[in-house]
Amino acid sequence: MPRKEGIYGLLAEFNTPSELVYATEEARAAGYRRMECYTPYPVEEAAEALHFHKNRVPLLCLLGGLMGVTTAFLMETWMSVWAYPLNIAGRPLFSWPAFIIPAYEWTILFAGLSAGFGMIALNGLPQLYHPVFNAPNFRNGATTDKFFLCLEAADPQFSPSGTRAFLEKFHAVSVVEVDH
Amino acid sequence: MATKNPIEDPMIDPRTGEYAVIAPGHNFKSVTQKIASIVLTSNTPLGWFFGLMVGGAVATGVVIGCTWLFLKGVGIWGVTIPGAWGFAIINFVWWIGIGHAGTLISAILLLFKQTWRNSINRFAEAMTIFAVVCAGTFPLIHVGRPWLAYWLFPYPNTMNVWPQFRSPLAWDVFAVSTYATISIVFWYVGMIPDFGTLRDRATMPFAKYVYGMLSLGWRGSTRHWIRYESASLLLAGLSTPLVLSVHTVISFDFAVAALAGWHTTIFPPYFVAGAVYSGFAMVLTLAIPIRKFYHLEDMVTLRHLDNMAKVMLATGSIVAYGYGMEVFMSWYSASHWEFFMMWNRMFGPMWWGYWMLILTNIAIPLTTLWSRKLRVNVGYLFVLSFIVNIGMWFERFVIVVTSLYREYLPSSWGTYVATKWDYMLFIGTWGLFTCLFLLFVRFLPIIPMSEIRMMLPQTKITRGGKTAETVSEEMS
Repeated sequence: MPRKEGIYGLLAEFNTPSELVYATEEARAAGYRRMECYTPYPVEEAAEALHFHKNRVPLLCLLGGLMGVTTAFLMETWMSVWAYPLNIAGRPLFSWPAFIIPAYEWTILFAGLSAGFGMIALNGLPQLYHPVFNAPNFRNGATTDKFFLCLEAADPQFSPSGTRAFLEKFHAVSVVEVDH
Repeated sequence: MATKNPIEDPMIDPRTGEYAVIAPGHNFKSVTQKIASIVLTSNTPLGWFFGLMVGGAVATGVVIGCTWLFLKGVGIWGVTIPGAWGFAIINFVWWIGIGHAGTLISAILLLFKQTWRNSINRFAEAMTIFAVVCAGTFPLIHVGRPWLAYWLFPYPNTMNVWPQFRSPLAWDVFAVSTYATISIVFWYVGMIPDFGTLRDRATMPFAKYVYGMLSLGWRGSTRHWIRYESASLLLAGLSTPLVLSVHTVISFDFAVAALAGWHTTIFPPYFVAGAVYSGFAMVLTLAIPIRKFYHLEDMVTLRHLDNMAKVMLATGSIVAYGYGMEVFMSWYSASHWEFFMMWNRMFGPMWWGYWMLILTNIAIPLTTLWSRKLRVNVGYLFVLSFIVNIGMWFERFVIVVTSLYREYLPSSWGTYVATKWDYMLFIGTWGLFTCLFLLFVRFLPIIPMSEIRMMLPQTKITRGGKTAETVSEEMS
């Protein structure tokens, strides 16, 4: 992939989550779509403003859980009935009630690993480099106490001067250009 | 600290009369600075080095004890027939029980939306993981040939031998390994945003590098946060049945056996309650010195201590009910063996174990924890947390030893005497736990910063995004 160059977007910094949410809602109303908020803790209202409602982490978790229960139960059945049949106190070889317990544990194991690593994968992490880190004020604030809105240059609505003027309406602490 | 007049005490919320979960006057920056500075300071407190030194010295007990064990075999321990299960199982159950409070705090209290848990969540989870490390040591080294411990897992081998899935001991392998894995994933996922904060606040290049790698490049994007919140909730939802199942499976190790004193249906709930009871005691043992040492009284407030003491009161009462039911059933079952087992526990040669358990687990905590004055008395709670954990250790001692050493046939009766190697390994794990915990306190964020931020009043969203300034501008 060729190295991207030029401007990635405009990053507006806000002091409070309310200002961020308001600016995001207005940007969405003005037709911006390629944008993202950066906050030091989860702000659900910002996600609503971005119209980001659904994520696929629960689906991955469910699939992982189903895979876990199937794997464990079939594995136990195969091992106890065919691979290594043992007479344990006269119990049937297919003593399924006893198999439930390891199957239950592996349901949780697979589902939990799918939820954890699925979240990381869907987020595109690990991604140690991202253009927003180039903003001089980003790292001092986004993980501590500041709220950022980034309108990206890939958006058809975007124009360096017009978008800047638009963002400045919302009393942002600063609006800085972020390069790739 | 004595309870002050509510009106004068700034820590008491005037609306509810409860202690505040977080002291007033904090903002996003102040909480972040306070917690991050513990990790990012270049001056390690001398007390930390002293603690690590003592912990390390004690932990050598594990090294020496294991080395001698591997050279000589389990014969160096006090285990024998009929007392074939001794310290190794007692310590395993004790340690893993301690771990359970961490999962309860991080998972169950999250599902119940108990936000006060946010401040104690991280180190309770760390406690879980380190307790599981200490617990896991024992079953691995007591298998006799520990270098073959991997035979416990179902893996394709040239012997064509597979595990026996009708045995609770095989269930244990699945339960405990799942518990360790999921606890670590939950713990790590919880720390990713905080690693991002540490990366951005670190000044040393090496710290920036390490925390940067650990943060995976976390940048606080809203879409990431939403997926992150989903994953946290799901992990909490999965950990809740997991933690209940782990101690249930451990109780099956006993309850499935046909031995008087073990073969009871009350074991699963009463083991789980006992685990949470001892775990909360351990959280208090750790939280009280940490909040004092690092001046975290603003975030781990008396409200937390009070609430934890209440959980101990509740779970302790369940445990007391369990003990009562055991005594009742030994009479009501009309079984000669059950009756003798209980008589032997109370008045046999090891009577002191049973009465020690009643004294430290029931008599002292369950009479005093009703008093709010004592529940917010930091010194008292600290002492009590040790008493309860001694009691919970004796509980497992009583269950394991006094049921085994005088079982059905009087001709096979024996006794159980732990050897110095038993004690060395057990005490060594305290040192191991202390070392791991001190390393955690020094290098990882002990309080989840992002979750503390969520508890601050500044998070409130006012619609229209109007701050005081913009409103006054519009008016003019």
